[in-house]
Amino acid sequence: MNILLDLFLTFAKIGLFTFGGGYAMIAMIENSCIEHKQWITHDEMMNITVVAESTPGPIAINCATFTGYKKAGFPGALAATLGIIVPSFAVIYFISMFLDHFLEIEMIADAFKGIKIAVGLLILDAAATMIKKMQKKKLPRAIMACCCIIMLCVNLFAWNFSSINLMLIAGIVSLTVFILSGAPARKGGKEG
Amino acid sequence: MIYLQLFLGFLKVGCFAFGGAYGAIPLIRDVVMSYGWLSGEMLTYMIAVSESTPGPIMVNLATYIGSNQAGFPGAVVATVAVVLPSFLIILLVTALLKTALKNKYVQAVLRGLKPCVIGIVLATGIYMVFANCMGSIFAVELNYNAIIISVILIAAMLGYKYFRKKKLSPILVIILSAAAGIFVYGI
Repeated sequence: MNILLDLFLTFAKIGLFTFGGGYAMIAMIENSCIEHKQWITHDEMMNITVVAESTPGPIAINCATFTGYKKAGFPGALAATLGIIVPSFAVIYFISMFLDHFLEIEMIADAFKGIKIAVGLLILDAAATMIKKMQKKKLPRAIMACCCIIMLCVNLFAWNFSSINLMLIAGIVSLTVFILSGAPARKGGKEG
Repeated sequence: MIYLQLFLGFLKVGCFAFGGAYGAIPLIRDVVMSYGWLSGEMLTYMIAVSESTPGPIMVNLATYIGSNQAGFPGAVVATVAVVLPSFLIILLVTALLKTALKNKYVQAVLRGLKPCVIGIVLATGIYMVFANCMGSIFAVELNYNAIIISVILIAAMLGYKYFRKKKLSPILVIILSAAAGIFVYGI
């Protein structure tokens, strides 16, 4: 089979059968791309997971782009990335056509009032998991606490302040502390 | 020009979507609210729908909002815009800048970004639970139905984790919350 078509179909299958996104997809990608198709190695997969953590965007898309590029250059990257997006695009587009009418049914509306509460709790739960995995150092903790308090005020009092600005400030603060601490000058020094 | 707004709005989301699936939600809230594309309530419903359908949440939300605002072309524009930054960055990193991410200055910036994202996600979660149970801070009003459902869900999530030693899957939490909603609001 044509490699581009193969990439597209393999990633479309992964895109179609993974719910909740993120790390659920990694297991599927490992199964198809490493064991079954042998497109990439375990080491490469580990590397791309690390890269994915440091770059924006869903990890599944990062993996697809990387694997596609390795196998067939730019067209491969395009085919694999499209493959992983098309199923979720199709499903959501279909839902978007009738969701409004669906919500007019009283029982469905009640169900969604309950679901609304679950979403808040799931986001809190995700934050708790991220905090557990966070570096146990003063600076990250301080940044985390400050950003949380500022964003809480922004939400509660409807201040006009974008979370993107907050991220830029946090990045600059971290960089400044790093430079002022003298760590860059130290030879092969551990960052502090 | 709605297509341009969708493209730029979701390009911003795509550029700053660090921290996995939930990291992107506050950003999308930000962009969607500032353009007035969806109500907060509708957006929350869609987060649940995205969580229960295949594919990354960020892509699902972009597709829905694009389609809601400008039909099929809107859905395509928003979806492409949200994916484009991560696509290009991975290409750049794998093809040209193999060591760029290991650069100590880049790492220093990232060390600041990550806790910031966690703080933002935490604030979003706290705010959503607060708004569900107590409404606006300017007019606090206890919503007893919402409080009952929250207690049921928290008990289920903590209980499952305690007895089964793993997390209750988000889809199960959503199904349970839907049932609780029908039961509590229906009677």
